[in-house]
Amino acid sequence: MARLLILGAGVAGHTAASFAQRWLGKKHEVVVVSPNSMYNWIPSNIWVGVGRMKPEKVVVELAPIYRKAGIDFRQARCLSIHPEGGESGGQPYVTVECTDPARRGEREEIAYDYLVNATGPKLNFGATEGLGPEGNSLSVCTYGHAEAAARAFEESIQRMERGEHQEIVIGTGHGMCTCQGAAFEYLFNVEQELRRRGVRDKATLHWLSNEYEAGDFGMGGMHLKRGGYVTHSKVFTESLLAERGVNWHLRAHTTAVEPHKVHYETLDGENHELPFDFTMLIPPFAGVGLQAYDRKGAEITERLFNPGGFMWVDGDYQAKPFEQWEASDWPRTYQNPHYPNIFAAGIAFAPPHPVSKPMKSVNGTPIFPTPPRTGMPSAMIGKAVVASIRDMLNRGATEPTHTASMAEMGAACVASAGTGLFNGTAASMTVYPIVPDFKKYPEYGRDLNLTFGELGLAGHWIKYILHVMFLYKARQRFGWSMIPE
Amino acid sequence: MTNPKPYEQGYFPPVPTSATRFWRTNLLWQVWRLLRINMKMVRVIRASHR
Repeated sequence: MARLLILGAGVAGHTAASFAQRWLGKKHEVVVVSPNSMYNWIPSNIWVGVGRMKPEKVVVELAPIYRKAGIDFRQARCLSIHPEGGESGGQPYVTVECTDPARRGEREEIAYDYLVNATGPKLNFGATEGLGPEGNSLSVCTYGHAEAAARAFEESIQRMERGEHQEIVIGTGHGMCTCQGAAFEYLFNVEQELRRRGVRDKATLHWLSNEYEAGDFGMGGMHLKRGGYVTHSKVFTESLLAERGVNWHLRAHTTAVEPHKVHYETLDGENHELPFDFTMLIPPFAGVGLQAYDRKGAEITERLFNPGGFMWVDGDYQAKPFEQWEASDWPRTYQNPHYPNIFAAGIAFAPPHPVSKPMKSVNGTPIFPTPPRTGMPSAMIGKAVVASIRDMLNRGATEPTHTASMAEMGAACVASAGTGLFNGTAASMTVYPIVPDFKKYPEYGRDLNLTFGELGLAGHWIKYILHVMFLYKARQRFGWSMIPE
Repeated sequence: MTNPKPYEQGYFPPVPTSATRFWRTNLLWQVWRLLRINMKMVRVIRASHR
């Protein structure tokens, strides 16, 4: 019997654990280590952040699900990986620190035969002075953050109802953020809520983003066939901003957040400031900061992780200019090159380079979106990694048998622009592939028959259906494995 | 919220006409779009799972 250890229980980790138990459970042992007791369906946090959904509607308790499935769940934070074992033997292991209230702070070692690192991101609020809920801005990255944002938003609305004017700034809190989509959704949900409450005229809304052009979303944007033209997502995004009366500030690196003022630098080297009464700014992501040690206890973190804390896998990490990037640079199997029994999934893997073109301000400050790898790609990577491990354990495969390159897969994404059964809207989008492949699709890097976008009520219904469907899947209810990632 | 003035930022992008806005929330049309969008998403999901 072998032990598969999965670090993390987010979209990638929970998907990996669910399929691992289904495929390996009778013959092998599946262990999940996560510091959180809950699975959070993060795409719905934006509705929590405007007070239109209760936090308990976007989470599922992990322990009962894993107990029923026969997965060994440890509520703990991983501290270090020892891929060569320790002085007492060559069995690889990790060290963890319990976060379960009953055993908080206790440390233990967990041995493994195969390891999947699906730890997700560290929300790196510390990268920008004053950023984050412990500083001067809000966040919707966790359900707890979103709940706090909803309380602050309600206070802001009450001020407007008393006749006060409010400046609202929503966007990215650093020049190298990803996940612009979440901030973008929050912006339009805030705008719609202000209209619903009859105070829209009391607020000025600002979209602050590190994108070179609106609608980049860390993917270099996308081209769509619409109205007889092939049009970049910049046009549709600016259209929505203009329609909803939002001012936009692009190519911006947030340098500091004071109690009522955001400071930012733009690509032209100019420094700006935006006063605010309410602000939600997404933080940049970093790896969770795992350390690695060899058998003798010497640190080998750089063999497993890049300087940002993301795990090296089978990508082409050779530094090269934007013009020489290729789809084949992107990892396919997510296997660590030094330790073949270690894989990464979701945000935890190190991308070979961004998707959007890297830009630097005249002062040398990098200002460009880093690549997104949340949602559908995260889940697909988690499933592919576990399928490879299954084949290595059960069928004697010596190499990973399944691939999930972001340059060979598409993504379906629904970005809410306001909630409501009859008056909600959302942008339904698909891109194929996620990472443009200019060899295969020389004009725009993507298949224009599979890349589309449309705004409407149907998008809102789809987003809500996805909310219900993926929480059903997360609970491992009847037929869960039939629901695609 | 007022209309953007000439040469303001919001003056330049295309904005939807009242007809476009109407169809965005018209129930019958949106039920049809729900089916069409789902079909497109299924095509992308199938292409990704090859």
